[in-house]
Amino acid sequence: MADLALERESSEFRKGVQAGVSIGVGYFPIALTFGLLAKTSGLSIYETVFMSLVVFAGASQYISLSLIAYGTSVYEIILTTFIVNIRHFLMSTTLNEKSEEDHLLNKLFYSFGITDETFSVAATKEGTISTGFMLGLNSVAYSSWVAFSGVGHLIGASLPQTLQESMSVALYAMFIGLLVPSMKKSVKVIFLAVLGAMFNIIFTIAEIMAQGWAIVTATLLAAIIIELVEVFKRSPRGGRNEE
Amino acid sequence: MKSEIIWMIIGMGLVTYIPRMLPFVLFKGKELPPFIQGVLKNVPYATLGALIFPAIIFIQEDDIWYGVLGAAAAFIVAFLGANVIAVVLGSIVVLALYSYLS
Repeated sequence: MADLALERESSEFRKGVQAGVSIGVGYFPIALTFGLLAKTSGLSIYETVFMSLVVFAGASQYISLSLIAYGTSVYEIILTTFIVNIRHFLMSTTLNEKSEEDHLLNKLFYSFGITDETFSVAATKEGTISTGFMLGLNSVAYSSWVAFSGVGHLIGASLPQTLQESMSVALYAMFIGLLVPSMKKSVKVIFLAVLGAMFNIIFTIAEIMAQGWAIVTATLLAAIIIELVEVFKRSPRGGRNEE
Repeated sequence: MKSEIIWMIIGMGLVTYIPRMLPFVLFKGKELPPFIQGVLKNVPYATLGALIFPAIIFIQEDDIWYGVLGAAAAFIVAFLGANVIAVVLGSIVVLALYSYLS
């Protein structure tokens, strides 16, 4: 039995690695640019790699660089990081519902690797998510992020401009690649995505709130509104139609 | 390494990790109310919509059509049933061709 369990874990790990390849590709240009910008902001290569190792959150790492350059206090930089990354709370709550029964420590370990991208892959995956899958997924994303941050600092240059620009679409294309199969299967998914996008467009363009809050608020509004519509649709007949 | 930067990075790491791990502790073995469970099931798709738009439109600040073309390419390739990697590579190639030709 122990052998069987071990075998399953390793095949789950492999599935996670495969699912993470597009994240690895997508992180490549962003991490490279981060390394380059860190260098121009005066961070040493050790500090740059250390930040990618410890924080592992792209947007907030970029923001911290511009704040360092601006001479912002350490306290304020940490506070900004917190606000930018608070959306992970919602993502972890969602993944917690979907995760297989396992030791809490294992979950605490893989929760370190939850980013917009690993979350999107894990959350749109069919069925439950295992620790092996999460570790496989995280390891590709994490090593790409950390390694290419260092490489970017080391070579001190980014990719040729045309390539750099065209690769900047990679992560968004990945999000679209994850979303569309579900959109084809369910009208509800289309409504959710369109509503989430619309709210975020409004919040961003009107500059009502900081970017970290805009995504969380847009997501929650869309998810709650659609759920209310579902409940309302189900209620008059009393019977619950399970999907 | 400068110690002020090191402490800053450790602080950033902590405040990033806490929201990531906290739900696994808070909601461990707890059955959430059905309405909340329903909302959480909706979250991935609503998040994806918000992560894609409007950011993809502004990947090239001086040329909105660049982002629009990238988005269109990704949606078409994905709609045709390609896997995620093909969607990523396909849209990169389309944009590389676009900048090469213009």
